[in-house]
Amino acid sequence: MNELLAPFAFEFMQRAFVAALVVGGLCSTMGTYVVLRKLAFIGDGLAHASFAGIVIAYLRGFNLNLGAAIVTVITALGIGFVHRRARISLDTSIGVLFTGAFALGIFLMSRSPRSTVDLQSFLFGNILGVSRADLETIVGLAVIVAAIVAVLWRPLLYASFDAIVAQASGIRVAIVDDVLLVVVALTIIVSLQSVGIVLVAALLVTPAAAAAQLTSRFLPMLTLAGIFGIVSSVGGLYLSYFLAAASGATIVLLATVIFFASVGVAAARRRMREAQRVAS
Amino acid sequence: MKCVEVTDLVVRYEHVTALDGVSLDLAPGTALGIVGPNGSGKSTLLKAIAGLVRPTSGSVRVLETSPRALPPGTIGYVPQAEEVDYGFPVNVRDVVSMGRYPRLAPLAPFRAQDRRAVDDAIAALDLGALQKRRISELSGGQQRRTFVARAIAQQPKLLLLDEPTTGVDAATEDAILALVRSLVKGGLPVMMTTHDLDRAHEWFDRLIVVDRRILDDGAPADVLASGTYAQIREHTHVHGHRRAEEHA
Repeated sequence: MNELLAPFAFEFMQRAFVAALVVGGLCSTMGTYVVLRKLAFIGDGLAHASFAGIVIAYLRGFNLNLGAAIVTVITALGIGFVHRRARISLDTSIGVLFTGAFALGIFLMSRSPRSTVDLQSFLFGNILGVSRADLETIVGLAVIVAAIVAVLWRPLLYASFDAIVAQASGIRVAIVDDVLLVVVALTIIVSLQSVGIVLVAALLVTPAAAAAQLTSRFLPMLTLAGIFGIVSSVGGLYLSYFLAAASGATIVLLATVIFFASVGVAAARRRMREAQRVAS
Repeated sequence: MKCVEVTDLVVRYEHVTALDGVSLDLAPGTALGIVGPNGSGKSTLLKAIAGLVRPTSGSVRVLETSPRALPPGTIGYVPQAEEVDYGFPVNVRDVVSMGRYPRLAPLAPFRAQDRRAVDDAIAALDLGALQKRRISELSGGQQRRTFVARAIAQQPKLLLLDEPTTGVDAATEDAILALVRSLVKGGLPVMMTTHDLDRAHEWFDRLIVVDRRILDDGAPADVLASGTYAQIREHTHVHGHRRAEEHA
């Protein structure tokens, strides 16, 4: 029993578990909107865009999270702006802007004599290195994101389902879209230290995709996605301790396992319904 | 009071002129039918009034203000083809309930009056037995009824319907007709595009023929008797649409 509780004995692990809980719940909740809008690409895109902010902050000597947040939010708003003004699809706009921002990060690093930044911790995350100050930032940003979603969930849902009619009925769809992009950007920043640039998209998309397999209603999907996200992140962190494996990768692998289990359950339920239909 | 006032409206999409100097107004409690061949600008006219399309020149006023400055929930709009993801995790009641969203303040609970408006709209469109069904499981006609019900649940001050009866069965058409007439009787102004002229006198108090401009305007019987619509349909059939000529 003591062995099972061993991970909680360390203060850095306690902080990591709180971070995992917050990140898992937040990512999967926002992921529900991302999946329903078919914007899975955006998680990957904005996470990569954050790299430019990290490099600029590193070279200028200020807070890396702040640098990542500024560049990611600017990129998120730029994606919406270019999508509307250049009349290109949102996916194309994401592709253009995130690669541009990522390339800017690489360009600046390659030009700098101080290119010794530990890239691996940004690329793959280091949840065990979450400090008390980091945790306060994560929780603070999470509260802001949660408050925005709580206030705007109805316009977000309407605009996600039927943007044209929502706009005709008086909902400011362009503003709602921009808020969604900014909130997703903040969610990614919150999650970077936990799972890293490469894997954050998975935590955004996979729990919501798993929930979509099991329910055909929005609010149950949101709830299930949140549960799957928390189970993946907290469970993944816990397993990584005993498996002596990278925590970010273990978190994402557990989310992937839950996704395939959901696909299996959904398929079994369809077969059972079909069998009942044939029998009756 | 004029509910809608359109003055010298011109709408251009890049090199195509969809509307070219349209002027009209609409009084409360009037059902206005809009007919014209495909590509004549009927849908664009509704979109401009809904604030979805910016006029190239001219003006659109709804309830004496710009459509984009209206309070949320003022305009109920049912487009010709819903650009929605039918795999979205919502059922019929969820979709109809969205009609109330523009009227709800942030964090405000769904009130008794909102539930009543949704119930009434569902009953008016005979969707009671389907309200827990996912929209992906409905027929095209049932989906149309759902989207009309959402616009009704919104309790708008102006209702814009873009070919709401296309592809629906006779019973659905009758249900939508009865609903529209009852709303108009209650003072709601309604604008609706259609290709079906056989029942125009049942649907509308007034009919306009549009082909980038308003070519005829009057009581349905008079407009149909004038032969304007028949002539432009014949012209379109024989010569193709004027827009095609523009492109050539």
